[in-house]
Amino acid sequence: MIKIEKRNDVPMALYFFTPFIAIILTILGGGIIFYILGFNPIEALKFYFITPISNLYGFSELLLKATPLCLIAIGLSFCFKSNNWNIGAEGQLTFGAIVGGGVALLFYNQEGFYILPLVILAGAIGGMFFALIPAILKTYFNTNEILVSLMLVYVSKLLLDYLVVGPWSNPEGFNFPETRQFSDSSRMPLLFEGLRIHAGIFLALAAVMLSWFILYKTYLGFQIKVSGLSLKTAKYAGFKGKTMILVVFMISGACAGLAGVGEITGPIGQLHRMISPDYGFTAIIVAFLGRLNPFGIIFASLVVALTYLGAETAQIFLQIPKYTGQVFQGMILFFLLASDYLLFFKVKILNLKKNELRH
Amino acid sequence: MYKNFFKYLISAIFLLGFSVNSNADFKVGFVYVGPTGDHGWTFQHHEGRNAVEAAGIKTTFVESVPEGADAERVIRQLAQSGHDLIFTTSFGYMDPTNKVAKDFPNVKFEHATGYKREHSNVSTYSARFYEGRTLLGHIAGKMTKTNTIGYIASFPIPEVIRGINAMTLAAQKVNPNIKTKIVWVFTWYDPGKEAEAAQALIDQGADVIMQHTDSTAPVQTAEKAGVWSFGQASDMQRFAPKSILTSIIDDWAPYYVERAIAARDGTWNQQDTWHGLKEGMVAMGPYNSAMGAELVKEVEQLQKDLASGKVHSFTGPIYDQKGNILVAEGKVADDGMLAGMSVYVKGVEGDIPK
Repeated sequence: MIKIEKRNDVPMALYFFTPFIAIILTILGGGIIFYILGFNPIEALKFYFITPISNLYGFSELLLKATPLCLIAIGLSFCFKSNNWNIGAEGQLTFGAIVGGGVALLFYNQEGFYILPLVILAGAIGGMFFALIPAILKTYFNTNEILVSLMLVYVSKLLLDYLVVGPWSNPEGFNFPETRQFSDSSRMPLLFEGLRIHAGIFLALAAVMLSWFILYKTYLGFQIKVSGLSLKTAKYAGFKGKTMILVVFMISGACAGLAGVGEITGPIGQLHRMISPDYGFTAIIVAFLGRLNPFGIIFASLVVALTYLGAETAQIFLQIPKYTGQVFQGMILFFLLASDYLLFFKVKILNLKKNELRH
Repeated sequence: MYKNFFKYLISAIFLLGFSVNSNADFKVGFVYVGPTGDHGWTFQHHEGRNAVEAAGIKTTFVESVPEGADAERVIRQLAQSGHDLIFTTSFGYMDPTNKVAKDFPNVKFEHATGYKREHSNVSTYSARFYEGRTLLGHIAGKMTKTNTIGYIASFPIPEVIRGINAMTLAAQKVNPNIKTKIVWVFTWYDPGKEAEAAQALIDQGADVIMQHTDSTAPVQTAEKAGVWSFGQASDMQRFAPKSILTSIIDDWAPYYVERAIAARDGTWNQQDTWHGLKEGMVAMGPYNSAMGAELVKEVEQLQKDLASGKVHSFTGPIYDQKGNILVAEGKVADDGMLAGMSVYVKGVEGDIPK
């Protein structure tokens, strides 16, 4: 008979170490998959994890890809830490991009230092507003925030579709589903000539610092953590739960909105239907892999960003199907959840006969 | 000082890319928007790549590259890793292709269905799919009993509107009572949405279904409902053997092979290619025997005439929906008009979404 027991004392060090175990297991698992597919696993893994960042351009691309993931995951960590399951970061990203992009389009033929800050602010407010919808519905109407936030993703994507096909489509663009190019004043400044890494990375770093401060140095952070550990304790302690829920959703939405605005004012430069390859969903993996810790999330966003780049390089050099990138992301989450399970629970195999004899 | 340092470092990296280019074997890269197994758009580009490979030229492809921020990196990586000619096979790659082309003047770029050639190493190419639509219109006009043709359209861009108009004009020629009903799905590939659109059109009385989207869902829906349909982009016959009358096939292979050889031998130059039935970039699938021998013969003759230029898909008089003349009697529409087509011809129902 198998018996599963909860462990009482889980060492903190081990808790932060398991993500590394998960990553190592993923790499081993990936090697096995490559071997079964008929590739040399060492060579394939090298193309996957080393080649993409072996030059400056690749490293810049890694940071470019990690920036939105990091921003969104930082926002999500506020929600997840306090037991609020915001699954709709993709929608908040899209809505933030719509509002920010709308402002950028307003100024499409103008120059001015004030335009970019306005666009960024508009994006953050857009994401915040879109995250408030599930938050208000949860606090005042007891709806399930998982469902509401998830379904709003489709609402925002359809709205974006409508806008870029219809009212906002480029008048000189032959009806193709895209807006005008933004003016240079609404574009994120590039950090180095020839590389795509842009000032948006500072937004992500600022978010990391700020979130660390809020979570570990303020009363709000304390409330968030207590509510996450036990809702009953939080209530008993007299915390005003509703305000906190609204605040964490607003932080989360603002971060996702910033990520959206960073993409459209950074590498893309206009609105169209493909502004995000599901960053909002992938960031959920990033948040958990980073243990909802601000610095852990930086690390996790780089690892997950690398799986995207690696999938492309592996296909270019070895013609390994690009979908292995998603397999890797899935494996990371799987191994993380599995090792968490073993971390928090003991599996005991009991010998029935002996037990019977004893009784 | 640091700024200069990075400048040098970056140009060094680019130079490294070039030197690899000139030494290594000639290689061709392909960027696909969908999976190679979509049985439509990407599948056909992949067939074209296979033909290049069969001609003895090394190729590489990257599939399912989103048309957002990722496209530029993939194209740049191909250019950097020693590919001499790169085909970017979707409209959304237009700006990234031109951007990368600027930094790699020695690499040749070929962008499908776009209109921007900002640098001398960028060519564009597309096919005169509308010639195929003329054949479909002729068949549809003869086969329909309800005089209603259902058309699943993707985006209101000139290419799609041209197809709708060419089909409607040809159908009207053999059956003046024809009506074209359109459902806009605003996607190139979404089996669920496409199937729903097909069903909606069938429910409105359409007994011939046509699609300008890439999945096999519409022909499968038509097969189930017992109405006629046409395959799109590749020969879809095996997905709906009873329902499909023929397919418009995008055959990129001859063009890809020709351009790859030209680039290898140093005779490649910038051009804007628009090939049709004549050059074989547009081909037709096998005709369904349910059409009857007489109709098959008619259509085969029309196909020959379109290829030889004896018949043009847009021959006047052509009127718009309000009855204004678009192309005068005895004239044919020129390529400029075709490229920017943005109004329906008479006989198409509804308005172009704005």
